[in-house]
Amino acid sequence: MTSLPNLPIEGIPSGRPSTETRWQSLLGADRSDRIYRRILTGFALALPALILTLFGVLLVNALPALKRFGPAFLWTSTWDPVAEVYGAAPMIFGTMVSSFLALLLAVPLALSVAILLTEFAPRWLRQPVAFLVELLAAIPSVVYGTWGIFVLIPFLRAHVVPPLKAVFGWTPFLQGVFYGNSLLAGAIILAIMIVPYIAAVSREVLLAVPTSQREAALAMGATRWEAVRSAVLPYGRAGLMGAVILGLGRALGETMAVTMVIGNRHDIGVSVLQPAYTMAAAIANEFSEATTSMYLSALFEVGLILFVLTVIVNAIARILIWRVARGTAVGSRAL
Amino acid sequence: MTAVVILLSFTAVLALVLILGNLVAKGASSIDWAFFTKSPVPAGQTGGGVANAIMGTAIIVGLAALIGVPIGVGVGMYLAEYGSGRLGFMVRFIADVLNGTPSIVIGIVGWTFLVKPMGKFSALAGSVSLAILMIPMLARTTEEMVRLVPHSLREAALALGYPRWRTSLKIVARTALGGIVTGCLVGIARIAGETAPLLFTALGNLNFSLSIGQPMQTLSLQIYVYATGPFDEWHRLAWASALVLMGLVLVISIAARWVTRQRYGSVR
Repeated sequence: MTSLPNLPIEGIPSGRPSTETRWQSLLGADRSDRIYRRILTGFALALPALILTLFGVLLVNALPALKRFGPAFLWTSTWDPVAEVYGAAPMIFGTMVSSFLALLLAVPLALSVAILLTEFAPRWLRQPVAFLVELLAAIPSVVYGTWGIFVLIPFLRAHVVPPLKAVFGWTPFLQGVFYGNSLLAGAIILAIMIVPYIAAVSREVLLAVPTSQREAALAMGATRWEAVRSAVLPYGRAGLMGAVILGLGRALGETMAVTMVIGNRHDIGVSVLQPAYTMAAAIANEFSEATTSMYLSALFEVGLILFVLTVIVNAIARILIWRVARGTAVGSRAL
Repeated sequence: MTAVVILLSFTAVLALVLILGNLVAKGASSIDWAFFTKSPVPAGQTGGGVANAIMGTAIIVGLAALIGVPIGVGVGMYLAEYGSGRLGFMVRFIADVLNGTPSIVIGIVGWTFLVKPMGKFSALAGSVSLAILMIPMLARTTEEMVRLVPHSLREAALALGYPRWRTSLKIVARTALGGIVTGCLVGIARIAGETAPLLFTALGNLNFSLSIGQPMQTLSLQIYVYATGPFDEWHRLAWASALVLMGLVLVISIAARWVTRQRYGSVR
């Protein structure tokens, strides 16, 4: 097992296996163990290298646009490839608004599913429904997009927008003619897509809440709902917040489904019935059409903004989740 | 309040069941033998199939798995075996952050490295982009599965005089093999449905192509083009392709969980 002459430990005569050398070999001082460890470390270093490469490539390619437009890129709303003037304000606006609207719709639904699955549902139902939710998180984005174009938008046009306009038509949020592709459609598709994801992660967070918390509340005479509200949810608050922010990160970077239904128009408007644009959608649509190097560089800058934004959002989410379920790969099964 | 929770949950599940129902209702009628065996016909004509896209998906995803699985599993083994230090913490954190990185960003980085210098779109570039997407995912699932192996097994092997590397590979990794395979299959299911990273790498191809140095069609790219196109015939094929892609993803996902159903199903 140990090949003593190879040990780089000074002062221990070879051929006399002292307890210390045996201990060293168990700790990985053996040469083949060191090689094994080095190989695995090499693999592990691939990830930091990867994230730095992603950032580096985006930054280098975005440099011409960064130099030319400076920070004004963030709040300029002109996007004119002919005049070579680029500003990402409409996309940033569209990305933010569609994601927050999606969260608004998705969070109550997703948290309900998670609470139901961990607290109220009968035992035989929990595993199959949790399994179903995880499977739904695996539906490809482009499939959601197809459904959005052919089912959701006609449905909105026929059954949702007319009554909405009849009641709230006077607000600035529902102005203009509804053609289908719109901020509203984008937000709804996003909401449907992130529900399984938030639900799966929240469920794992709630499962990590110790049973003693529930028992204590129940022993004090709380009903089951009161136990959830006063003991389980506060205990898992940071993790649930993390699950929601993780959902936000998904929504911010979601590309295909949104591109297919949001309308792709460089415009900032408060009406959810009008077409909008997101950063990811702009890259998907225009990257292959970018004829000049400045156009391409501007799109890389959009990519850089999107990347940095999602890295920050995901980092915050992970820190929050780790506070509840330390070090676990929560959500890895929901993907 | 309980009633509200039940009602909202029901709404959430209903929306998702509706999507599956629509897919089957609108896609199933277009699926026949020709759909699987023929390549697309020119726009405007009827008939044709998506044989090229099915083949392309298999090749691109297979190649991506070939690149991504060893690296992803290797990172996961590191995290499980040596990941208690500062590097382990950092790698774990980066893996989680990368898991949430928009796939379109990985697509344009793949374009920069593999399409721009070579001057042409290729299936290989698509595979590399998908592999990058897969690595952080696999790292975390592998780590999780390896950590489930009881410590007593490891200690028994070490006590018998097995060196650490052999314990790790022959005892720990082998015990967790089912779980690792599950992680790989789930990862493959996920990348099989990806479209965004392929837009500027594999690009898509209307003809049957088996060359990884050339543009190649995948089901996801095909659905995107057909669903956003103007022809009814395309829409019909988009639904059918969506159903096939969906079926493929679900079958792989379910198979993945089936592999480890007994051993790990009760852990969560």
